[in-house]
Amino acid sequence: MRTKKVTFRHRWLPYALVAPQIVITLVFFIWPASQALYQSVLRQDAFGLRTEFVGLANFARLFADPLYLESFFTTVWFSALVAGSSMLVALVLAVMADRVIRQATTYRTLLIWPYAVAPAIAGVLWWFLFNPTIGILAYALEALGYDWNHYQDGTDAMTMIVIAAAWRQVAYNFLFFLAGLQAIPKSLTEAAAIDGAGPVKRFVTIQLPLLSPTVFFLIVVNVVYAFFETFGIVHATTAGGPGNDTVILVYKVWRDAFEGLNLGSSAAQSVILMAIVIALTAIQFRYIERRVEY
Amino acid sequence: MSDISLRDVRKVYSGAEAPTIPGLSLEIVSGELCVLVGPSGCGKSTLLRMVAGLEEVSDGEIAIAGRRVNDLEPAERDISMVFQNYALYPHMTVFNNMAYGLKNRGMPKDEIRRRVDEAAVMLGLDGFLARRPRELSGGQRQRVAMGRAIVREPAAFLFDEPLSNLDAKLRVKTRVEIRDLQQRLRTTSIYVTHDQQEAMTLADKLVVMNAGQIEQIGTPIEVYERPASLFVAGFIGSPPMNLLPPSAVPSLAPASAPEHALIGIRPESMVPADDGPIALDVRVVERLGATSTIHGRLPGLESDVIASVPSTVPADPGRTMRFSSPGDGVHLFDGRTGRRLG
Repeated sequence: MRTKKVTFRHRWLPYALVAPQIVITLVFFIWPASQALYQSVLRQDAFGLRTEFVGLANFARLFADPLYLESFFTTVWFSALVAGSSMLVALVLAVMADRVIRQATTYRTLLIWPYAVAPAIAGVLWWFLFNPTIGILAYALEALGYDWNHYQDGTDAMTMIVIAAAWRQVAYNFLFFLAGLQAIPKSLTEAAAIDGAGPVKRFVTIQLPLLSPTVFFLIVVNVVYAFFETFGIVHATTAGGPGNDTVILVYKVWRDAFEGLNLGSSAAQSVILMAIVIALTAIQFRYIERRVEY
Repeated sequence: MSDISLRDVRKVYSGAEAPTIPGLSLEIVSGELCVLVGPSGCGKSTLLRMVAGLEEVSDGEIAIAGRRVNDLEPAERDISMVFQNYALYPHMTVFNNMAYGLKNRGMPKDEIRRRVDEAAVMLGLDGFLARRPRELSGGQRQRVAMGRAIVREPAAFLFDEPLSNLDAKLRVKTRVEIRDLQQRLRTTSIYVTHDQQEAMTLADKLVVMNAGQIEQIGTPIEVYERPASLFVAGFIGSPPMNLLPPSAVPSLAPASAPEHALIGIRPESMVPADDGPIALDVRVVERLGATSTIHGRLPGLESDVIASVPSTVPADPGRTMRFSSPGDGVHLFDGRTGRRLG
């Protein structure tokens, strides 16, 4: 069957309508990305007076650099913690919200609010709460006998940025889990109840398997988030410290470029990150196409 | 085998003005197939869900096999249910769909295998046990849902409009299969439908419901031959019974009939007769093959009167045809209370 073609009388109108989007993409994505690609094969001295082509030397050096590999593993660990904890908390909240009937919209609205908070603000918020000198949570932890200090303890610092990053993402995950749960026909859980499955068993054997497409989608989205959107949180709280314990890849890109002034290496790191995000997106798209799996 | 009894069962949803079911009693004898029939919103599904334990009972008592079940979980009531949308677990194979309830009850594996195989053979599903529900046709899914109900060997089957997602032809075929299966297993069953034909053909006991209340209980033939109210008269039978004021057909109205009475004549009871008292101006003739349905007007009446006659009877729009009705084909109702007179 042929689809009907809509014809605009103004030849320029469609172009004018898509122009802003194209300009934004060109200026904020295509241009910087191509610059990064270009820079990643160059080496420049600190004053920007001399630039030479070095091929893949920047990449070779990165993969031989223990600091870079350490940062890589920090990032993997960080994103696993962020994705895992935020999805777990969101799932628990969604299951509970799914059972609420009265005032359901109020709960939902309140649970979505954290997503509206910018990452840097979220970071600062938790930084205040955990501040060893004035933070209420640090104070509470001390009362419980734990000496919290994210300035000195790498685990404390990592815990803090994971909480700050996951807190925002819980809201997002919650929305998807709730929608996923509500898309499961009620008669399925009723049939399972008649079949002798208690609430926990119903969840594990019926609802969770039917949520698996949502789970997979959210894993990808959360990993992408943890990899790329958490710069503000790290920058506003730990600044990578103590030592290099919370230097995640995006943070290292920024620090090597603007503090280390090693533009070539920073650009090479950007290119690697770009490759990762492209790979993740590709996986997600391929999966979504075959979404109706069960 | 066991009976089900409902005593003064009420259902009021919180926030609702009127009760969905204002108080209803019903006894279902062991081994019987009881059909609840009525228009949508009459409370028949709510009633079934209360028996299943999926809706709370506001008041009254439900007993299955002599045991009060009001406060029991659905799983503890020893019933199984076939849902309108079948409610098959989409991520499980046909085998696991049927075995799920047995596994949850900790039945030994070889016993599960035996029961599922037996049910699969009975339902003609033996080649499909490894498939997922989405790989099955509508009729096959329906049979898996039946299989899941059978393997448990429960005290009662509950059917919630199990045929309404099938096409017309398959519906008739499956209807016969359900009847056959129930007669073989002799399991007490409650069957909810809005389709009066399905209700007539399946029921041992027919319960006609309207607005949360029972209009009539009886065998299908009793209900058809002696409808207890105007509602039942209009609901059971297709095409529906003609309801006429006595003034329209004075010679058919008994002398004792009050002014506000209504005379009911089934289309099948309208017999063509040259000297009959009912003279219809024929408007439309529907030829169905074996019979023809004649829609016509009586002088002074707003709505059509319908007659169902053998197709050999000549009938053409624009003609006037005369009908009579044998004495036992005439029903008398009180137009104000809606109840049957005499």
